[in-house]
Amino acid sequence: MTLLDVTPAPAPAAPRPGLAHRVRPFLPLVALVVLAILPYSTISLPGIFEGPVNSPGTLQLLAICLIFGGLAAGYDLLFGRTGMLSFGHALYFAAGVYGTDILITRAGLPLWQAALLTITGGTILAALLGAVALRTVGIAFAMVTLAFAQVGAILVARDFGGLTGGEEGLPLDVSGLPAGLVGVTNTVNLYWLALAYLTLVVFVVHRVSGSPTGRVLAGLRDDERRIGVLGLDPYRYKLVAFTLAGGLASTGGVVYVLIVGGASPHITSSELTLSLLVMVVLGGPGTRWGPVLGGVLYMYLDHRLTAFGTSDAVDNLPAVLSHPLSQPLFVLGTVFILAVYFFPGGLTSLAPRLTHLTRALKPQNTPR
Amino acid sequence: MGTVILLALTGLGLAALYFLVASGLSLVFGLADVLNFAHGLFLGVGAYGTWWAAGNLPGAGPDGFGFVFAVAFGVAAGTLVAILVELVLIRPLYSRTIEQVLVTVGLSLAGVALLQATWGADARPFPRPDWTRQVTGILGAQVPNGGLLLIIAAVLVLGAILAFLRWTRYGLVIRAGVENREMVTALGIDVRKAFTLVFAIGGAAAALAGALGGVYFGTVSPGQGSSLLIFAFIVVVIGGMGSVVGSAYAAVVVGLVQQFVNYYGTSGLGDICVVGLLAVVLLLRPQGIAGKVATA
Amino acid sequence: MEPVLTVEDLSVRISGLHILQGVSFTVAPTGVTVLLGRNGVGKTTTLRAIVGLTPPAGEVRGTIRMGAQSLLARPTHRLVRGGLGYVPEDRCVFAGLTVAENLRLAERRGTSPAYDRVFALFPELDRRGRQRAGSLSGGQQQMLAIGRVLLNDNRLLLVDEPTKGLAPKVVTEVAEVLERVAESVPVLLVEQNLAVVRRLARDAVVLAAGRVAWTGDARELLLETALTKSLLGVGTGEAHRPAGANRAPVAGKDAH
Repeated sequence: MTLLDVTPAPAPAAPRPGLAHRVRPFLPLVALVVLAILPYSTISLPGIFEGPVNSPGTLQLLAICLIFGGLAAGYDLLFGRTGMLSFGHALYFAAGVYGTDILITRAGLPLWQAALLTITGGTILAALLGAVALRTVGIAFAMVTLAFAQVGAILVARDFGGLTGGEEGLPLDVSGLPAGLVGVTNTVNLYWLALAYLTLVVFVVHRVSGSPTGRVLAGLRDDERRIGVLGLDPYRYKLVAFTLAGGLASTGGVVYVLIVGGASPHITSSELTLSLLVMVVLGGPGTRWGPVLGGVLYMYLDHRLTAFGTSDAVDNLPAVLSHPLSQPLFVLGTVFILAVYFFPGGLTSLAPRLTHLTRALKPQNTPR
Repeated sequence: MGTVILLALTGLGLAALYFLVASGLSLVFGLADVLNFAHGLFLGVGAYGTWWAAGNLPGAGPDGFGFVFAVAFGVAAGTLVAILVELVLIRPLYSRTIEQVLVTVGLSLAGVALLQATWGADARPFPRPDWTRQVTGILGAQVPNGGLLLIIAAVLVLGAILAFLRWTRYGLVIRAGVENREMVTALGIDVRKAFTLVFAIGGAAAALAGALGGVYFGTVSPGQGSSLLIFAFIVVVIGGMGSVVGSAYAAVVVGLVQQFVNYYGTSGLGDICVVGLLAVVLLLRPQGIAGKVATA
Repeated sequence: MEPVLTVEDLSVRISGLHILQGVSFTVAPTGVTVLLGRNGVGKTTTLRAIVGLTPPAGEVRGTIRMGAQSLLARPTHRLVRGGLGYVPEDRCVFAGLTVAENLRLAERRGTSPAYDRVFALFPELDRRGRQRAGSLSGGQQQMLAIGRVLLNDNRLLLVDEPTKGLAPKVVTEVAEVLERVAESVPVLLVEQNLAVVRRLARDAVVLAAGRVAWTGDARELLLETALTKSLLGVGTGEAHRPAGANRAPVAGKDAH
């Protein structure tokens, strides 16, 4: 097993002495607490959010951001930690969204049953499709997952059996839902639900990547043949990762449908999977917080850039500039390309670099 | 009988569109290992280039020679964009497959958004000669001329690409490079020049698909490329990556299956059958119909 | 005599694994220098590093010089055009192309290809010009792999296991050809078949675990049965002459 032990951990943070060093392990906990009590704050951050932090609109945006943070972290289990380039991850998220929506709205099931069935179904779907797709590797795998996801998009758009509502989408029937999850005033509960989902995903991904299975996955990412040489079956490990990530995405879909109150066909599009990839790469693939950060930031920018694009500041620019800038995907796509070239490790790789920079600027303060 | 003929010919028209997109994708992937998500952008540039030229370029127009000129402009624009993408974005990442895919993903997102920013998200009516709106009677079926135009163009492009691969020095380099790129460089050949070339060929074919697809559908919209691209990917995988002839066969199969099943079954079922076909082919022959050999 | 190729302190790391660690040796300007060692010891990696074909995940350090010219960090096609011929392991002919096309690929603008030289060595290639290379026998494929490199003039040939998987009679043919080739061009040869080594090689470099374990006269090495066995894991077959067995082996001068 020594071969596996050489697989690199996420870039270790530069050792820092004293308080900061001792506080560091607790930072995630602190962040969690801060995020949990955020809805009690009435601070306004003009320019960043439109209303006060605890206004329903802001909380909903934050909740969506948290969901995508979790989705990106789950997707990173495939891309950053196992090296599988799946272009069909949106399918399992969409399965969660549409599954819950259909079971509640069309079949009239209570939420907990719908959620349970959907998550189970989404996980089984991931296992079945993964079993086929993983017979291919590399780029062919990417194309096959893309094609499978396309089936999902077609099924939803063509509205077979009148279940999905086609292009119109399917608003969620809220009459049977627990009262605490319905209505604008209860957005805060959905926010906490989203936070719980993010916490769950981060916890699961952290536990998996720290386990022996996680080390095999990292080994697969670095050099699949080595794992084969050790007598381990790469296919089985990859299928486990694929299924787990699919299950996590379905779970995210369940929470998401509650937050936005319905399903719309754009979540089945390949564009969403591509966005997940962008989130992970922007944040830092294979790191614990990079994908979360990438997902949150991406969704935030995606929402805010639309507002920014229609703002006066942009409107006053010449058309050559203002039109592209009003397209969030143009800005994000361009930033993404630049990121691939200039900071391949994503945002999280910038922090150590900044530390180096500040140290280089202040050599007399450097310990040792 | 008339229905079958009509379905067969419209299916072939669709196949022609797929082939024009897939042939370039397949060559680019076969030679350079680049899964090019930006290929749909080349198609979009071709379509919008033609559309713009027909309305704005002196000498170009929606009819007669003016239309040919407009299409030529669109194809040239698509080719130019393809070459620039290869030289500026892909080449610095030589051999780093994943990063190259990521860059093309970013480019497809940003490029489509840019088209949308410039010309709006809604579909625009496409300028086209009147005769393309009419139908031709073939064995009792009334076949739209736009579809026939696509079929003819695809056959010509297939012939031209095969002749190029078969008879020219660069064609030889590309065929060899699809088989074993490293060995080509080990014979003293700068294989990266061939990369630029396959991007140019692929860009030109995709741009032509954009222009003629605009004629066929009668409209042009920014997202057109992306939706075609997925089926083109399927065609490439089924046909065997790197094989132009394989792409042609696979395009015909996919186009016909889609058209017939969508007609006799439910709308949309044909698309799903195509993905099912992909799964079957992968399970039986993971290397695709033709494998990764350009000549087979 | 000035060596045609000098390798100094060459280290290659591929996805975190040290394949070569400080390898140094030289290749004489005439004759065959053979690179020996057990499987997986880094022989092919050495040849590929010389010709610039280390995979992108790999990292190469040290110096490689042909004459006064440094070869490191130059693209493969330039190196090959500069007179470095490379015949890879497993032949790597283009199976889907015809024999003539395989040869045509090696033609270069500005120089006339030496078809007469190639066809004099391998008349078979002339006769089978229109046959697909994939349908050739292993021996014929090896002839094609060598032949296409000989279309141009080379200052040094790198040949990786040319007799691998070939029938004994064909092995002899390949060895004969290489012997004739080596009369005009120096060859760095990776070879497992010790009968071929004995016939061709003048100098030997033995690798063990990514380092040079022994350099010196090839025939001398083969006489040292015990040494050969410990370095290569094989017996020397019929070579049982005890003469010279009491001489100490020449230690690799740069072995770390």
